[in-house]
Amino acid sequence: MIEDRITVKNALINGDLLTKLSAVVMGAGIAGHKQIIKGAVVLLLEIAFWIFMISQGFHNLSMLPSLGTEVQGKVWNEAKQIYEYAAGDNSQQILLFGVITCFVVAGFIGLWVLQLLHSYKLQKEMKKGEAIPNLRQDVKNLLDGNLHITLMTLPCIGILVFNIVPLVYMITMAFTTYSKEDEHLVLFDWDGVHQFMRVLNMNGNIGRQFWHVLAWTIVWAIFATFLNYILGMILAMIINRKDTRFKGFWRFCFVLSIAVPQFVSLMIMNIMLQPSGAVNVLLKNLGLISESIPFWTNAMLARVTIIVINLWVGIPYTMLQVTGILQNIPEDLYEAAKMDGAGPATIFFKITLPYMLFVTTPYLIASFVGNINNFNIIYLLSGGGPTYVGDTAGQTDLLVTWLYKLTIDQQYYNLGAVIGIMTFVILTIITLTTYRNSSSYKNEEAFM
Amino acid sequence: MEKQREENGRSPRKRIVNILVHVFLAVLAVIWVMPIFWIVLTSFRAEPGAYTSTFLPKAYTLNNYVKLLTDRNVLNFPRMFKNTLIIAICSCCISTSFVLSVSYSLSRMRFKFRKPYMNIAMILGLFPGFMTMIAQYFILKAMGLTEGSSIRFGLIIVYSACTGLGFQISKGFFDTIPRAIDEAAIIDGATQWQIFTKITMPLSKPIVIYTIMTSFIAPWVDFIFAKVLCRANADQFTVAIGLWNMLQKEYIYQWYTCFAAGAVLISLPIAILFLYLQRFYVEGMSGAVKG
Repeated sequence: MIEDRITVKNALINGDLLTKLSAVVMGAGIAGHKQIIKGAVVLLLEIAFWIFMISQGFHNLSMLPSLGTEVQGKVWNEAKQIYEYAAGDNSQQILLFGVITCFVVAGFIGLWVLQLLHSYKLQKEMKKGEAIPNLRQDVKNLLDGNLHITLMTLPCIGILVFNIVPLVYMITMAFTTYSKEDEHLVLFDWDGVHQFMRVLNMNGNIGRQFWHVLAWTIVWAIFATFLNYILGMILAMIINRKDTRFKGFWRFCFVLSIAVPQFVSLMIMNIMLQPSGAVNVLLKNLGLISESIPFWTNAMLARVTIIVINLWVGIPYTMLQVTGILQNIPEDLYEAAKMDGAGPATIFFKITLPYMLFVTTPYLIASFVGNINNFNIIYLLSGGGPTYVGDTAGQTDLLVTWLYKLTIDQQYYNLGAVIGIMTFVILTIITLTTYRNSSSYKNEEAFM
Repeated sequence: MEKQREENGRSPRKRIVNILVHVFLAVLAVIWVMPIFWIVLTSFRAEPGAYTSTFLPKAYTLNNYVKLLTDRNVLNFPRMFKNTLIIAICSCCISTSFVLSVSYSLSRMRFKFRKPYMNIAMILGLFPGFMTMIAQYFILKAMGLTEGSSIRFGLIIVYSACTGLGFQISKGFFDTIPRAIDEAAIIDGATQWQIFTKITMPLSKPIVIYTIMTSFIAPWVDFIFAKVLCRANADQFTVAIGLWNMLQKEYIYQWYTCFAAGAVLISLPIAILFLYLQRFYVEGMSGAVKG
């Protein structure tokens, strides 16, 4: 009964006249099978699509291969005695509208397939003598069995328009010459993978900086994630100890630091650690140092400082997250270990840590990803500095902050996009290998 | 007898350990609270400037708060506050409904697009936020939402449009509500919409409050999106950009103590909200992990 399956091919071969007609006049099949309003809406969408394509769409697509050629010109206007600017092509807009048009076309093809399948389905239902749901029943179903369509349409549109389209647009930018270098800010052209080669080439200036930044990003993410995780867990365990008094008070002290908005506390930290900031003043007044400690101007010290401050930011978070989970660890495991004469360190590394790792792998990955993309802490603390002369990336810049500098400060949009893609590739490799193997992903439905 | 004493934590060794643990916690607590304590002190400091030669202020005053709330010429804090409040209220409504809708659908409904959606959400989360932000700026510009008072709409869109991707914590919470309740309601003739609004929502008050609060707080604490979108439009600044500006070279001497005052004013309500919300956060978290 293969021909019974509802596919595009079957609809075009076995469909009745109306179904076949709807390959050209969309919605005809639906309207012809008693769902007139639905069919009319589909037809209207098709008309709107063709109007858009003829008025703009085809033009947008035709400009994509060249990205525009007209240079902005200055023309002397004799009558007004001024130079008039003749608008040239703006490649950035051409690219944007081109990408949007591609999405519209893809959406149209999707609609075409859907309406064709729907028409074929209706045709078969009618043949079998089943009742065709009318509009009222369809609407009613949107609040019941099809509630997910009602609930998820708007969020999905939001994600499509303000996340997926921008991403695709940005990705295409990586393959162009859109950059302040060589004055390609208004008019630019396709450039193939040239920028990728530049970034990956270890001998070039940009490539050298890339590998440098990448190494620090990974070192940072590993330190930030695992130090926070382990130290936060130890702190939670110390507070959870049976003999610890004033548990609520201790928790309050630590949680207070995350209750303050992060950008505020980070800016305060930055000021406190300046050469004449509060920390240096305090240490000098106590007579511990005579010269200010160069927290932000020494590359190595800046890195250590950032990791330490991140402990200040992150440990309370971990503490909050793991407190509940820690209490889920079966008590008899500990009892058994104690019987066998295991010390606190052995118990932690042989029982607590493996259990926690097993349960919280997705969160560990999420926080690793979050740390690689941790913009605030670097930007607000060190600003990526110290920066050597001739470099665009500072010694503490992560890939994200370098991306920011390249695009917002330098306007090297294509390089910025390449860095973004590289970040994504690295994260994908790390995440997919770990996440798909984690128990929480595999057993997502387990307890339902 | 010996055993009894040990259990009460009175054996000398245990006692020393206990004292050490409490001293250790006290030292840590001081380290954690000190920056906050210092900024509160600074907000009452009479001498201007970011850097002083003493750790504690020499004289105290309330003028920093007065200046912050009344000076409308240089950095108009009251207007920034108004801007942020409007943006926060609007984006809070949109984000909350988005997040709850998506999480409910993913937790309770079964449809073809479900797994792909969760995978797509995960993949999108791997791209650095900036990459989208720059392109979002171009798109908003093409829509004409980057000039004058329409920046506000731009910011609302930026803060709320993609929140459908942040469903994890509330989905985790919905997952913990027994399905048997839904099934009983279906037998009684309830539609999915009725289950969503009349059963799941009332049962999920903690996570609803958590979602509302976190999305309300977001515009107050984000400064980088706002900075890129507002650029030099000073009348559209949000609180976060204002505070950030106070620390720039041209303002820092005059405005540093006001910055501290502003930081305290903004942090106080957020801190209270957060302290109140943390148990919902913990519940959502451990709910999500149980799977």
